Amino acid sequence: MGSNMAENHPVGFQWVMEAKLKGAPVIHVDPRFTRTSANASFHVPIRAGSDIAFLGGVVHHILENDRWFKDYVLPYTNAANIVGEKFRDTEDLDGLFSGWDPAKEGYDTASWQFAGMAKANSAPEGQGSAAKAEPSGGLGGGLAGAEPERDETLQHPRCVFQLLKRHFSRYTPEMVEELTGVPKERFVQVAELLCANSGRERTSAIVYSVGWTQHTVGVQLIRTAAIIQLLLGNMGRPGGGIMALRGHASIQGSTDIPTLYDLLPGYIPMPHAEDLDLQTYLDGHVKSGGGWARLDSYLISLLKAYWGEAATPENDMNYGRLPRIDKDHSTYRTAIAMLEGKVKGYFLPGENPAVGSANGKLQRAAMAQLDWLVVRDLFLIESATFWQDGPEVAGGQTRPEDCKTEVFFLPAAAHTEKSGSFTNTQRLVQWHHQAIEPPGDCRSELWFYYHLGRVIREKLAASKDPRDRGILELTWDYGASGPKAEPSAEAVLREINGWDRAGRLLSGFAELKADGSTACGCWIYSGIYADGVNQAARKKPGSQQTWVAPEWAWAWPANRRQLYNRASADPAGNPWSERKRYVWWDAERAEWQGEDVPDFNRTKEPQYRPGEGAGGDAALSGDAPFIMQGDGRGWLYAPSAVLDAPLPPHYEPHESPVRNRLYEQEANPMREIYHHPLNPYNEDPEKYPFVMTTYRLTEHHTAGAMSRNVPVLSELQPEFFCEISPELAELRGLEQGGYAAIITARGRIHARVMVTNRIAPLQVAGKTLHQVGLPYHWGQRGLTRGDSANDAFPIVLDPNVHIQEVKAATCDIRPAERPKWP
Amino acid sequence: MAINSGPPPYPGEVLVQPVAGDEVGFFTDSSICIGCKACEVACKEWNNVPVDDIRYLNSSYDNTGELSANSWRHVSFIEQKRDDGVAWLMNSDVCKHCKHAACLDVCPTGAIFRTEFDTVVVQADVCNGCGYCIPACPFGVLTRREGIVDQPAETHVAQKCTMCYDRLKGGDEPACAQACPTKSIQFGPLPALRERAQRRLDVLHQEGVEAARLYLADESDNEVGGAGAFFLLLDEPAKYRYPERPITPTRRLRGMWLAAAAAAAVVLAGVGAAAASGRR
Amino acid sequence: MRNPLARWPAARQLTGRDRSGRGEAARSQRTIALQPRTHQADRVVQSICPFCAVGCGQRVYVQNEVVTQIEGDPDSPISRGRLCPKGAASRNLVQSPLREYKVRYRRPYGTEWEDLRLEQALDMIAHRVIAARREGWQDADADGRPLNRTLGVASLGGATLDNEENYLIKKLFTALGIVQVENQARI
Repeated sequence: MGSNMAENHPVGFQWVMEAKLKGAPVIHVDPRFTRTSANASFHVPIRAGSDIAFLGGVVHHILENDRWFKDYVLPYTNAANIVGEKFRDTEDLDGLFSGWDPAKEGYDTASWQFAGMAKANSAPEGQGSAAKAEPSGGLGGGLAGAEPERDETLQHPRCVFQLLKRHFSRYTPEMVEELTGVPKERFVQVAELLCANSGRERTSAIVYSVGWTQHTVGVQLIRTAAIIQLLLGNMGRPGGGIMALRGHASIQGSTDIPTLYDLLPGYIPMPHAEDLDLQTYLDGHVKSGGGWARLDSYLISLLKAYWGEAATPENDMNYGRLPRIDKDHSTYRTAIAMLEGKVKGYFLPGENPAVGSANGKLQRAAMAQLDWLVVRDLFLIESATFWQDGPEVAGGQTRPEDCKTEVFFLPAAAHTEKSGSFTNTQRLVQWHHQAIEPPGDCRSELWFYYHLGRVIREKLAASKDPRDRGILELTWDYGASGPKAEPSAEAVLREINGWDRAGRLLSGFAELKADGSTACGCWIYSGIYADGVNQAARKKPGSQQTWVAPEWAWAWPANRRQLYNRASADPAGNPWSERKRYVWWDAERAEWQGEDVPDFNRTKEPQYRPGEGAGGDAALSGDAPFIMQGDGRGWLYAPSAVLDAPLPPHYEPHESPVRNRLYEQEANPMREIYHHPLNPYNEDPEKYPFVMTTYRLTEHHTAGAMSRNVPVLSELQPEFFCEISPELAELRGLEQGGYAAIITARGRIHARVMVTNRIAPLQVAGKTLHQVGLPYHWGQRGLTRGDSANDAFPIVLDPNVHIQEVKAATCDIRPAERPKWP
Repeated sequence: MAINSGPPPYPGEVLVQPVAGDEVGFFTDSSICIGCKACEVACKEWNNVPVDDIRYLNSSYDNTGELSANSWRHVSFIEQKRDDGVAWLMNSDVCKHCKHAACLDVCPTGAIFRTEFDTVVVQADVCNGCGYCIPACPFGVLTRREGIVDQPAETHVAQKCTMCYDRLKGGDEPACAQACPTKSIQFGPLPALRERAQRRLDVLHQEGVEAARLYLADESDNEVGGAGAFFLLLDEPAKYRYPERPITPTRRLRGMWLAAAAAAAVVLAGVGAAAASGRR
Repeated sequence: MRNPLARWPAARQLTGRDRSGRGEAARSQRTIALQPRTHQADRVVQSICPFCAVGCGQRVYVQNEVVTQIEGDPDSPISRGRLCPKGAASRNLVQSPLREYKVRYRRPYGTEWEDLRLEQALDMIAHRVIAARREGWQDADADGRPLNRTLGVASLGGATLDNEENYLIKKLFTALGIVQVENQARI
C-alpha cells in the first residue's frame, strides 16, 4: 500500500516475485492498477487519501475476530498499559482527542499519558504541553518515571487494548467500503489473508513508500500499519516488518547523517532555544530506559568530532557554538521566508524544487527573491534556469531582466567520478569506488563544501568576533590531495566512525564516552571503520555467504540487518517456530545467537528483570525487544513522540470531495496550512470534484534531472500524461491521446490524455468518484518536456514531519488545445 | 561458452550451464515480466543502439512500438478489461533467431550468418543495405538504420538483435538477460530452457491460468524450424501481435532449387538428345 | 591466418566446413575478432547505482580513462547482477550529451549565462555566504535565550549525495550557524 514497488524499485521487486512464486500472496492496494498490480496476486483499487480507514478496518477485523497474536502482544507491546482517567478519544470528541487547544492548534498531551507515571512525559522539553511544538529529532518514545499501571488481563476499560478496540469500533467492513470504495468482501479477503499469514509459523510484511508519507496524516498512516504488525506479531521477525521503500540512492543516509534542520547526526535532536546549555539539553532529552539513555555520550562525542581540542569540559564541550531552532525551519517554511525576502542565499546541491516540490510556481517565485543561488548538478535543471525559461517567463508574467537573483551553476561529479557511501533503503551502507576523474569543472560535493569551508575560514581567519569562533575552531582537515585537491572520503568516514584519545578507531557506539575522551561524527554509524577497515566497502560475493549476507557492506547499527530482531524469539528466548528461526537465546553459552547480529544486549538473559532505579539498557527487561523505546515495548498507543494523535483516526485530505463519515472533524486538525496568495486551496468541491494524485514511472527518476536528460530513458516515456478512466473521459469529453487541462486554484497544467481501465471510478459514500493520475517527472528542460504535476498541488503538510500532501488533492479536468511546450 | 542467466526465479529450479556446441537462446516468461524495460535499455547501452525518435505513441506505456534497427528489444503493454477487473499483459519481444532463418537465406552479401551458438547475426561491416532481409522476416524484426548522425558507418545497414554475439564469445550472457530484474528473460541452452518453460507452464495451468501457453518453443506452432527465442504468453499470440503460425518464406527454397535442377537436367538431357540425334 | 586468400570469405566457403557460406565462412575479420569490450577494460570498479534506494551493485568498466560500460554486479546479494532501466542507463547518464562541464554564471538581472572560473566562483560564493550570514544573524530570541544562528542562508540538498558529503555540509553549516539545512528526505 502506498507503494508501486515493481515500477519504482524493480530490482527489489525480484524478491517479491520470488516469494510469490513460492506461494506468498501479494496484495496491491492502490488507486491505480499499476505494473505492481499486474504482478500481484490481486489488486484492490482504493480512493487516494483513505488508507487509514482501510488499515483501521484491518485493526477492527483483527480485534473483533480475535486474530491477534496473544503470546506476542502481551509481553512485547503496551496493550496492557492503563491510560490516565482524563483521556478522551476521538469517539468521545467527534474527531478530536482530549487536550485540544484551538487557539494554539495543537494538543496538550498531559491527558494522553499512562496512569501511575510520576512524570509521564517522554517528550523533549516543551513538547508535552506546547501546541504546534516541534517534534524533536528521531528519538524513540521514552518514558520517564515509574512503570505505568498495567492490566495483564486486558479487561480494564482504559487499558490500551480496550481503547484500541473502542477507537476502531466503527471501522467496520461496511464503513471501509463507504470511505475507501473497496467492496467489503474484497476488504475482508485482504484482512483475512493478513491474519492467516501471520503468527508463529508465518509472517507478513507491509511495504509503503511516499504513497503514505505524502499526506497530512502521513505519520499516522504508518502508525496504523505499525499497530497491525504489532497485533499480528510481525515486527522484528524474518519476512515481517514495515518496509519503507525510499526513492533515492542515499535518502536513508540523508536522514541518518542528516541535512535536515531538526536533526544532528544519528537522530540527535537539534538544540532548541530552551536548551540553554549542555546540561539543560541533556536533562530534557535523556530517557531513563532504553538506548537513548546514553544520548550524552553520543552528543558529546559529536561535539568532539566537530571541534576536537577546542571542545573541553570547561567550555561545555563547545555546546554553545551550536545554533538553536525555535520553530519550523523546514524547506516549505523556508520557501515562504524567501518570498518575504528573509533568505539571501540558497544552496541546491542535487535538488530541483522548481519541479520536485509542491507548488512549483511558489518555489520559483521564492527563488526569484533571493540575492544569490548556488545550483550544483550534472545538468542545467529548472531550478537553475527558472529566470530564463520557467513557465512564468514562457507565459510572459516575468522577464529575465526583472529577476534579481544571481545564479552560480557548478557542474557536479557523477557517482562514477568520486568515492563515497550510499545508505540504501534497508540501512545498508554501501561504498562506491571512484572509476575516473571528474571532467572539466565537475567536482564532488565533498570537494565543494570542503573548499568552501576552507576559503570561508581563510577569509575569517583574522576575525575576533565570537560569532566566528565556531567556524574557526572547527576541525577541518580531510587530506585533500591529488591534482584537484580532492578531500578523502575515507577520512570523513573515519571521523563518522569515531576514535578515542589515542586515535584508535572505535569498534562501535558502545565505546562512546560522555567525558570527552571519544570523538564520533555519527554514533549509529560507529563501527563502520572498525579495525581500521572500511566495512562499507566489503564486497564479499553474496553467493559465498548465508542468506543474510552479513559480509556485504555494513548496516547500521552494529551491522544488524534486521532491527528489533529479539522479537523473532518468544519471551523465553526460543524461536517462535523453526520456520521463522532468526535470533534466539543460547542458554549453554549464555548469550543471544542467530543468523544476524542480535539487536539486544548479547548477554542479557530472557528472564532478566530490572531492579529499582535501573537506567538505560539495564532498565529494560530480558523480554523487552524494542530497545530504543524507553519501555522496550512496541507502542500500540503513543502517548508521545507524535504530535497529532495517540491512536490514528481517519481524516480526510485537506482537499477532498468527500465528507468525513466518521467524525465532525474533517481533516487532521494539526495539518500545516500555509495561507499565501501563491498558495490558494481548492475550497469548493463542486468546482473541483475529482481526486488527483501524483506518482512516478519506472522510466523516469523523481524530478527528472537524471532521466529527462538521458536519451535512452527519455524515449521510453516521452511526454507528460494524465491517466483517467473511460467513464471520466466520457463525462468530460476527453479523447484518448488528446490534451487535457488539469484545473485547480493554483492554475492549469496540460497533459496528454491516457484513457485506461486501470484507473477505475469508485463508489464512495454512495457516489461515483473519479480519480486523475499525474506522473510528476516533467519540467521545462531536458529531452522530453512538459508541465510539472507539482505545479497543481498546494503546500499543506503533515505536522510531525512537514511533508507535503501531494498524494491526494482535488481538481477539475477539461479538454484543451495542444499546448505550446516550452 | 557463455554462462546462462541464473538463478531462475522458480522454486527448485537449478542452473544448467551451457557446454560447447549447445544451441543457446532466450526463454522470455511474460508471466513474470514487470514491464520495466530494463532489457530495452541494457540492450541499447551494450550494443550502442541509437535513440532515434522521442515521441509519444499513445499506446499504454509502450513508446517503442516495434522491433527495428534501433530497438532490438521491445516490451509490449496490452491492457485488457475482463470480467474480474483488468489485466495488463507485458512481454519483451526480440528477434527469434529462427532455425530456418529467412533473413539469412535471402541475404546476398553474406552479411547475415549463423553463429557457432546457432544464433543469427547481421554483420554491419558486410551489409550493403539491400534490404532483402526486411520483407523476408516473418516477424518484422529487421529494418534499416537510417539517419543516425553520430554513427554514419551504420546508416542504411540492416540491424537486429545479435543475442550479444560479442558477449557470448567472451563467455558473458546477453545484456538484456543479465539486467532483467525478475528473470523474465532467461538465457541458456535451449533444451534446458524448453524443459524449464514446460514446467513453468504446468504450474500456471495448475494455478488455473488456462490461457497460458508457450510460443515457438518447438516446431509445432511455426514453420520457421523452431526458434532460438521463445515465449510463455498469457493469451493468444495475436494479442501480442505475433503471427499465429509464422512461416519462413524461403523454407521451400531448397525443394524449389531441386525441382529447378531436375527440370534443368531434363531440359539438358533433351537438348543433348536432340543434339545427338541432330548429328545423326 | 597465414594464407591471405583465406581471409576472403569465398575461399573459406570453398575450403572450410561451411560450404553454404551461411555460417563461419561468412564471418568478416571484424566479426572474427569480436570480443566483449568489457574484456579490454583497464580496470573494473565496483560501484552502487545512483538512482533509487534499493542500492543495486554496479560494475564500472574503464578503458583509456573512459567509462565503456556499466552493468549489474552479480556479487551483490541485494541485486544479484540485475538492474532496472534507470540503473542500466547509468553510462548514458554520466555521458549524457546534455551534461554540463563548465561553471555557468548569471549576474543579477542578466539575460544570458556567462563563463566563470571555478576558483573565482568558489571565492565569490564564500564571500556571499559570509555576508548573508551576518545579515541574517540572530544572537538571541526575545527572551534573551541564545539562538546563535543565521536565517540568511538556506540549503536544500538532493538525496544522491554521499554520506560523507552530507556530513561535511551539516558540519560546515552548523558551525556557521546556518539552520535552514534541508534535504529531499523531507519531501
